[in-house]
Amino acid sequence: MNRPLVLNIQKYAIHDGAGIRTTVFFKGCPLSCRWCHNPESQRYQRELMFHQDRCAGCGACAGACPHGAALPLDRDACRTCGACVDACVHDAREWAGRPYELGELVRELEKDRMFYDQSGGGVTLSGGEVLAQDMDYIAGLAQRLYEKGISVDVDTCGHVSYERFQRVLPYADTFLYDIKLMDPGEHERYTGVDNRLILENLKRLSADGGRINVRLPLIEGVNAFDRHIQEVIAFLKRENIRIYRVNLLKYHSTGSSKYGKLGRAYDEAGMSVPDEAWLERSREAFLQNGFSNTEIGG
Amino acid sequence: MAERQERGMNERIRKLRKLSVETQPHIYMERAVLETEAYQMYEGKVSVPELRALTLKHFFSNKKLYIGDGELIVGEKGDYPQSAPTFPELCCHTLEDMHNMNDRKVVNFTVTEEDLKTQEEKIIPYWTGRSMRERILNSMTEEWREAYAAGIFTEFMEQRGPGHTVGSVKLYEKGYLDYQEDIKAALAQLDFQRDPEALNKRDQLNAMYIACDAIMILGRRYAELAREMAAECADEKRKAELLQIAANCDVVPAHKPQTYYQAIQTYWFTHLAVTTELNPWDAYSPGHFDQHLGPFYERDVEAGILDREQALELMECLWVKFYNQPAPPKVGVTLKESGTYTDFANINTGGVTPEGEDGVNEVSYIILDCMDELQLVQPNSNVQISRKNPRRFLKRACEIARKGWGQPAFYNTEAIIQELMNAGKSLEDARKGGCSGCVETGAFGNEAYILQGYFNLPKVFELTLFNGMDPMTGKQLGPKTGEAKDFKTFDQLWDAYTKQIDYFLDIKVRGSNVIESLYAKYMPVPFLSILTNDCIAKGQDYNAGGARYNTSVIQGVGTGTISDSLAAVKYNVYDNQNFTMEELLAAMKDNFQGHDRILHLVRSKTPKYGNDNDYADGLMKKVFNYFVDNVSARPNMRGGSYRVDMLPTTCHVYFGDVMIASPNGRLAHKPVSEGISPEKGADTNGPTAVIKSCAKMDHLKTGGTLLNQKFTPAVLAGDAGLDHLADLVRTYFDMDGHHIQFNVVGRETLLAAQKNPEEYGDLIVRVAGYSDYFRNLDKPLQDEIIERTEQDFGY
Repeated sequence: MNRPLVLNIQKYAIHDGAGIRTTVFFKGCPLSCRWCHNPESQRYQRELMFHQDRCAGCGACAGACPHGAALPLDRDACRTCGACVDACVHDAREWAGRPYELGELVRELEKDRMFYDQSGGGVTLSGGEVLAQDMDYIAGLAQRLYEKGISVDVDTCGHVSYERFQRVLPYADTFLYDIKLMDPGEHERYTGVDNRLILENLKRLSADGGRINVRLPLIEGVNAFDRHIQEVIAFLKRENIRIYRVNLLKYHSTGSSKYGKLGRAYDEAGMSVPDEAWLERSREAFLQNGFSNTEIGG
Repeated sequence: MAERQERGMNERIRKLRKLSVETQPHIYMERAVLETEAYQMYEGKVSVPELRALTLKHFFSNKKLYIGDGELIVGEKGDYPQSAPTFPELCCHTLEDMHNMNDRKVVNFTVTEEDLKTQEEKIIPYWTGRSMRERILNSMTEEWREAYAAGIFTEFMEQRGPGHTVGSVKLYEKGYLDYQEDIKAALAQLDFQRDPEALNKRDQLNAMYIACDAIMILGRRYAELAREMAAECADEKRKAELLQIAANCDVVPAHKPQTYYQAIQTYWFTHLAVTTELNPWDAYSPGHFDQHLGPFYERDVEAGILDREQALELMECLWVKFYNQPAPPKVGVTLKESGTYTDFANINTGGVTPEGEDGVNEVSYIILDCMDELQLVQPNSNVQISRKNPRRFLKRACEIARKGWGQPAFYNTEAIIQELMNAGKSLEDARKGGCSGCVETGAFGNEAYILQGYFNLPKVFELTLFNGMDPMTGKQLGPKTGEAKDFKTFDQLWDAYTKQIDYFLDIKVRGSNVIESLYAKYMPVPFLSILTNDCIAKGQDYNAGGARYNTSVIQGVGTGTISDSLAAVKYNVYDNQNFTMEELLAAMKDNFQGHDRILHLVRSKTPKYGNDNDYADGLMKKVFNYFVDNVSARPNMRGGSYRVDMLPTTCHVYFGDVMIASPNGRLAHKPVSEGISPEKGADTNGPTAVIKSCAKMDHLKTGGTLLNQKFTPAVLAGDAGLDHLADLVRTYFDMDGHHIQFNVVGRETLLAAQKNPEEYGDLIVRVAGYSDYFRNLDKPLQDEIIERTEQDFGY
């Protein structure tokens, strides 16, 4: 069993499912969405994040680095040994991603059980893409939580083999399922993969009785237009997909600074925040088509 | 801002509130003058309790009265809103004190030339050498004085009186004529054949009888004034109101109230009498006001003489009355530990009935509407949340708390009951109890639970690390418990720390016991004794052990700082050998300048309290348990015992100011952590982790704990945000948490308010167990609130 890397364990998560939850973000994703605000969640390997704003230029990292790659940071020469992270006293360097023993992770997630019980909350497994991780580990995690009476939600992009869904289906409460673009070509252009597997999995999941909460990230310039909304609604109705809830998620660009910390560039060209009034009209459209549990925001 | 000042349900309330918030607090000398006259007339001729009662009577017989335009509830401590009487029998201010009160930047009081002249010619000559403050400071030992000067503890009673107590339903079941009958019956029972205390009891009971006369005189005078004003009033509507006021004052306080309106008026007269008889800490409070008023409200509505709107209007009139009374001026260390105009009158809405049933009624919601509408920092309007209360009540309270001005705070009814029973109260008395002041648990109407002072836990650890020497002054204050570098294990260090705690607790408690005895002897409070069971039956004063329960409370301060400091030493010096004790002490002495590595290790790489981490939280439990177990067993001088509260008011700022840097990376002179909240910036795992950590403390062993949480508005938005907040409160309380309060203001807003105070004149924030105007806070306290960890999530 390969232990996946965990990026973050977010407690008091209140936008990823019902009640007060703890969300676990796993590192690594089969998609690379242009608008992704957690770029450190895309790769499966541990990465070095460099916070330029905290760097005091003291040179401790340079002294510690055996490869002469620390200051200025030369990512090509860097062997990600971590000597600079240990040497920095200003917290300017940190690791994105660390493995957890399954038992240790379960213990951490159990800590807020009383809050889950009070609020109807639980644990949300997210990412990156949780279903793209080692499924023995993930299914084991979901099962252990389930057996402890803790609700498990799975936040997924859908682009994995359906067998992976089947591994967690018995333990999952709700699937938070992203629909990004309906046109396969456009989908590939913006996320790196086409959407056939994603839509196919959604149909099968619905047929198998999965409780589905569809989430639509909406980005002006990419998919925040009426046709996209109409196509999503048409698809859901045509395929008779049973939806428990729809969330319309407004794009925000707060993640853009993280690209620089990973030595990557963020291209926001052509993407912006959608108009409030349009979002409200889109919500109306869902309501009128019988999706009575539709909300703006998580 | 101008618009925001215009709060209130109607024109009347808006006018009254505006006058109250826009009037500058000022010194009111008439009380001191009349008191001096009374002492000159009676002292030496009557017993001490009678002297005190006659002083109150002389004051109420002669003070100037005030009925403001539009007022429906009448009575002021002074002669106008925002007058602050002085209490020379407790603290006789020097002229320098009075100049200072006038000139200081915050919590100032206008002092006129005439006031200074009166002070110089009439007050100072009589009271110098007689005030309690002088008696107390002269009675303390050299060790006490040095520890006090070093900021190891404070002393509550050095310039304000005991008190710290709350009224019960009795206030509405009896008038003062009825109390006089009770007193006569007790006098008739005195046994001059066998009881050596009989004479003292007679003096005390006579004093209570006179005190009843005093308040009834005040009521009669108000009835007369209202009638006189009505006779001259051209406005028919106002004339009718004045006649109604007169009719009310014909009934109360002499008789028990007949209506909702009279019940509020009788409370207010009682409040004025308690707070002008002496200057008790935490003023006085109506306790379970909703439960006391509920039956009157229902009866009046049924009878068609009151509707909900009128009931709300009367409540709002009372709220303004509370706000009209600033806490009397403080000086010196007492000002530092409690730097505020707030006088800590505290309302507990909700909770359970004496039979243990849901205590919420329609008046509970009227009170919530009133506080929401008026947004005044006094009274400290809080809610008691029981499992039995409707979810609607909790959510309505959350809805108000979410607005960000710090009220209401939330108290846990089930925890309060267990705390009180654990301290020896009966189940019924425990259910009638609640919180007053900031968070202090008491058996309302039955208990004198008197706060003695704050205890600086991190400072005592600082002394321990320097072998009993105060590194701020170089003075040897504590016993020599060993050089820190010689301790081979953490346990040896811990052992030295506990010896230092014991040493200073002994000094503190000995001092407090002497002070209690001084108050019993020189400053009885016959009026407050009438109201508190079982003073009449025992013929004994409130300040001398007359109450059914008598508790002395020491407040532990700096939970987060001490826990993280212990963790910093244990984790880095002993468990992982990241640096040596000598290196740490050198870094502390240098305020961590040039010790970046050590600072980084203690700040960023060491387990911290407030993150649901057992390593750090375990050390919190260790120090808390030691403190609580070693305070709680000690007897006091009033037949009761000592207890612990974990709250700071504003003392965490002062306690930090007297310290060098601490092992956890807190820099020299910066505030220590407040209440049981984590050290600023130490909690990085969100509010549930903070709550989990705090709940590892055994709250039920205390008499109250204080937890502050700061949120940005976005986290609590929407109906879901409200539900999450309610769930957070409910879960903390299921874990036996005692109290939680919220600041919901963005950091940017606070920074802007600090820069441009004039534009944010009405910005209210939660400080400790109370709310205050941000502009009224000292800069270090403002900084401290800005730096408290904000719970915001953007992942």
